[in-house]
Amino acid sequence: MIKRLLAILLAAAPALAFASSGGTPLERAPIDLHDKISLQRGAQIFVNHCLNCHSASVMRYSRLQDLGLTEQQIKDNLMFTTEKVGDTMLGQMDRDVAKAAFGIVPPDLSLVGRSRGPDWLYSYFKSFYRDPNSKTGWNNTVFPNVAMPHVLWEFQGEQALQVTEKRNRNTGDVTHVSKLVLERPGSLRPVEYDEQVRDLVNYLAYMAEPAQANRKLWGILVLFFLAGFFVLTLMLKHEYWKDVR
Amino acid sequence: MAKLNKPPVTEAGRFNGVLTWVDQRFPLVALWKDQMSEYYAPKNFNFWYYFGSLALLVLVIQIVSGIFLTMNYKPSAQDAFASVEYIMRDVPGGWFIRYVHSTGASAFFICVYLHMARGLMYGSYRKPRELIWIFGVMIYLALMGEAFFGYLLPWGQMSYWGAQVIINLFGTVPLIGEPLAIWIRGDYNVADATLNRFFALHVIALPLVLLGLVAAHLMALHEVGSNNPDGVEIYKDIDPVSGHPRDGIPMHPYYTIKDIVGVAVFLIVFSVIVFFSPEMGGYFLEANNFIPADPLKTPEHIAPVWYFTPYYAMLRAVPPMFGSQFPGVAVMGIAVLIFFVIPWLDRGRVKSIRYRGTKYRAWFTIFVISFLILGYLGVEPTTVWGEFAKGLPVIGGDYIALWVARVLTVVYFLFFFLMPWYTAHDNEKPEPARVT
Repeated sequence: MIKRLLAILLAAAPALAFASSGGTPLERAPIDLHDKISLQRGAQIFVNHCLNCHSASVMRYSRLQDLGLTEQQIKDNLMFTTEKVGDTMLGQMDRDVAKAAFGIVPPDLSLVGRSRGPDWLYSYFKSFYRDPNSKTGWNNTVFPNVAMPHVLWEFQGEQALQVTEKRNRNTGDVTHVSKLVLERPGSLRPVEYDEQVRDLVNYLAYMAEPAQANRKLWGILVLFFLAGFFVLTLMLKHEYWKDVR
Repeated sequence: MAKLNKPPVTEAGRFNGVLTWVDQRFPLVALWKDQMSEYYAPKNFNFWYYFGSLALLVLVIQIVSGIFLTMNYKPSAQDAFASVEYIMRDVPGGWFIRYVHSTGASAFFICVYLHMARGLMYGSYRKPRELIWIFGVMIYLALMGEAFFGYLLPWGQMSYWGAQVIINLFGTVPLIGEPLAIWIRGDYNVADATLNRFFALHVIALPLVLLGLVAAHLMALHEVGSNNPDGVEIYKDIDPVSGHPRDGIPMHPYYTIKDIVGVAVFLIVFSVIVFFSPEMGGYFLEANNFIPADPLKTPEHIAPVWYFTPYYAMLRAVPPMFGSQFPGVAVMGIAVLIFFVIPWLDRGRVKSIRYRGTKYRAWFTIFVISFLILGYLGVEPTTVWGEFAKGLPVIGGDYIALWVARVLTVVYFLFFFLMPWYTAHDNEKPEPARVT
């Protein structure tokens, strides 16, 4: 009876594990948190292009030593104002100015790697297109009517949203299929732009939880210890329970 | 002066002197014997009997990790979110403490749910163990409160809106609803005042209640003795020579040692989650909760954490009546409180599911499956399984998941309401004289 119940419980578990997700299908972000070079490049893109409007108010510059940089390197290459290396990454834009320009205050990006997830971010940066009807002249298929313009457009170039009608031969129903096409190339080839976005998303994922590499390392040590502990307790139990009949 | 004549302790080697000194002033030896070395427990405990001691372990883990979190956490709407990230980034080992605590919350409910399932399967609530069960249900209620208050503290979007939704449930109570909700929040919205009082309730009020209830639960258990997978009372069969139950073994060292094996396995599973998947795919830590609380921006899909979702699915399944959501709230409340009366609903002659008849086994299985599916539906939006065809009578155009939840809510309650009938008229097998 108990075994049968357990079997039912286990059979139901996968159903619980699959949560549905809607919206535009996302591309998988090919990130690698061990790739320090990629993370350094990502940090550079972040401070050059994102920090103008956004902040990372809980991320300290000094933490970038995780990426294999020295304090001096951080000061020389990644800091442009009078901040100290122990300070957090605060954006330069005034809240009211931002609100007037974009209609919203640009959100803090410290944890965007966790709240949105790498796949969403990766797809988002690749999905900007020209839209004459929007305030900034840009729109995005992953985040429709986003307030942010395409900050990396010089690299990617300009995409357009191409909508084609598809008629089902049997039913006569019309469906719209939309596709992004590169109309004006930027300074990077599409493959190079993908790499740039990969580096940036890699950095954002790191920044959302700087301790994660360390966490997994500790996890392996702890599990080795616990495996040994388990064997000892099991032997002890068998020794004590020998006389129970 | 008779009390001073207590014999000296002789079995502790070089500690005899110290222990004698203590024992003549405090009932140390008597307590140890009563509760541990001469507390006889049935020898046939199986897998399901680990979860009581594991729940106790998780309680200790939560208290200890909670103490360290409070050293760095700031309970104010202004600072709470940033202080959690301060713990995650700047406090040495802070991420570990935080993940232990967040994983511990879910682990607590996993242990408690399995522990309750054990009680149901083997009839551990039957006479003379009704009070153990009642204390247990009270622990379950206190734990739900503890988890709810604690979930607001990180002050993320889900914290905020989850609390908003749950407190608004109290607002549906007829006549006193709105003042009641304001009294709970301390404001017209979930705000700084709410966070402060939830912090107080989470770190001191409910932990005290929990500890008291756990003590009562264990005292009542050790008063009447443990049940076992056969549901046979071991104290009916005493060995005349030793004076102890033939089928009993002392709690210490047998079950203390055995439970440590359970602890080792539990810690392995627990560590895998803490170190490799603390978000547990969004079930233990939700993505939306990494966005600071914003009273002006309602998230698209608000769902409570997984351990509340069976009841949340019931709440949504009940349609509003007389322009009020209160019926759904009442159903949800009764669904939890009904556990209290199980000892008096069950009229079976045997305790354990091993000797129950087909009817009880069928009802119990259906009940467990309903609870799990309701739990799944509570996580998802009601649109998850689409709609019925428009042309159908009554249900046409409604969400399929909504009707499934309605049917399962009815099944959930029938398990309890029909229990006096199906337990009394079941093809039970005879109980063995001794444990197997």
